[in-house]
Amino acid sequence: MNHEKRGKGFYLLAAFFTLFVLFLYGPLSAVLILSFQGPDGGLTFPLNGVSVHWFYNLFEKQAVGDFGASFRRSFTLGLMVMVVNVVVALLAGLAFRRRFRGGTALFYLTVASLVVPSIIISLGIGVVFQQFGLKPAWYSSGFGAHLTWTLPFGVLIMFAVFNRFSPAYEEAARDLGATSWQTFRHVLLPMIAPSLIGVGLFGFTLSYDEFARTLMTSGSYNTLPLEIYGMTTNVTTPVLYALGTVTTLFSFTIILVALAVILMLRRRQAKLS
Amino acid sequence: MATIATSRTGEIGTATAPRRRGIPRALASYIQALPLTLILGFFFVLPILTIIVVSFWDYDFAGLYPDFLTMNYTDTLGSWVTWKTYLNTLKFTVLVWALTLAIGFWVAYFLAFHVRTTTMQMVLFLVCTVPFLTSNIIRMISWIPVLGRNGLVNSTLLELGLIPQPIEWLLYSDFAVVLAMVHLNTLFMVTPIFNTLMRIDRSLIEAARDCGASGGQILWNVILPLAKPGIAIGSIFVVTLVMADFSTVQVMSGGQSASVALMMKNQMSLLQYPAAAANAVVLLIVVLLMVAAILRVVDIRKEL
Repeated sequence: MNHEKRGKGFYLLAAFFTLFVLFLYGPLSAVLILSFQGPDGGLTFPLNGVSVHWFYNLFEKQAVGDFGASFRRSFTLGLMVMVVNVVVALLAGLAFRRRFRGGTALFYLTVASLVVPSIIISLGIGVVFQQFGLKPAWYSSGFGAHLTWTLPFGVLIMFAVFNRFSPAYEEAARDLGATSWQTFRHVLLPMIAPSLIGVGLFGFTLSYDEFARTLMTSGSYNTLPLEIYGMTTNVTTPVLYALGTVTTLFSFTIILVALAVILMLRRRQAKLS
Repeated sequence: MATIATSRTGEIGTATAPRRRGIPRALASYIQALPLTLILGFFFVLPILTIIVVSFWDYDFAGLYPDFLTMNYTDTLGSWVTWKTYLNTLKFTVLVWALTLAIGFWVAYFLAFHVRTTTMQMVLFLVCTVPFLTSNIIRMISWIPVLGRNGLVNSTLLELGLIPQPIEWLLYSDFAVVLAMVHLNTLFMVTPIFNTLMRIDRSLIEAARDCGASGGQILWNVILPLAKPGIAIGSIFVVTLVMADFSTVQVMSGGQSASVALMMKNQMSLLQYPAAAANAVVLLIVVLLMVAAILRVVDIRKEL
């Protein structure tokens, strides 16, 4: 298959793939370009001059609510979710390596957490907090709501990783006299480190962009996506695009850093072995 | 299947290995699974149970009153609006599912079978995945300058003289909703299908070719059946996400279209929690039935 000449099918599919990529990135680049709209420009093309007016506008408090504070909240929440996601998913992944009573039920519960509509979980957590007389806040109820979305991804990734993980390495370590902690710390952990970074990346970005589950659970202070969602109905200037550009670039940076770290770890492993 | 076999032998291997001091193995599993159980218990199981309970409660503008009424259900199911909203949501689901499946399959197929080096495969796959990790709302908003009345599409068509006046139904319409949903969710199809296609033994395809199968026959009789698990997992993602969607419908239809979740959200903003809860229970049952139907095709635990 690898040595044949490219057929008609290849070019057809390559064209289709290119269109798909354009479809994915085209609108995003329109936002990117339009965020540099001149001060008198509107929400659509053509560009009415080029300026960074709307980026300045973004950081003035009265223009778009408190963008800085909601960004800080989302960032902190993303980090919290990331850490808990990695630790809990790793532990659960280790647990699922062995059969245990209730294991299958827990697995299906995790999958269920992924398929149950976000708004139902949002409503449920909101009502639970209300009934218990607790005050919902982004760092308590919102935090939990995000975990119900990110943990299934984390657990499923760990599940897939351990399904392919040969126990021979650990057996070898054990035969050489390593304690179970040493086996975990020096054999298992370095081997699955790239996957753990992937789990962390998922945890952070999914939380950073999540809003259906935050809707009823964020309390009186908005996270960034809620702020943007509110803006879609009442902001009619390109400041919306400036915000879009800033958050998208931020997401891209996080993704690139995570990918770079994963690549670095892989390379170091390849060198060692 | 091979991975399952090795993990089985692995289990036996660890079970018979001499035990060292420390926590017994059975207990270790429970301790390791505890954090996940606690989090899901408090933030997932408890809220769902509460919703089921609250859906039978009475309410007014001042608060909720514990009771056992079926009023919330009879109100919801007895209303013509509810049925129309469900039909509308189902329409979106079917359209988006069909489109994401068609697009997702061919994209995954191209990546798996036509891109020759693994590095290139990973790079192109990442190109497809990155937008998934950015904000959904921003990606919705990004259609406004493209589809709007003075947007890119309209102004281009006007300039070319293809249309006498701007097309009105491009933005704030069902068309825009479906387009944005496909835009947001196709990746959920691409990833699992790509994953299953990559695991197809290439010698099967060679064997089929040696036996004289045409390209179309290989696709239909060899690749497609083997890609079923990926298609099923992708379908679960897309169906559940679209059934639960309220933001895309609200933003992209400009308030002119409705979905079940949007109806719930409106009830929630009016503090009619028991009514929203009854709606939630009905929606939950519908979604779970759909997932169960898809799961009849595949055992996901084996596919990871």
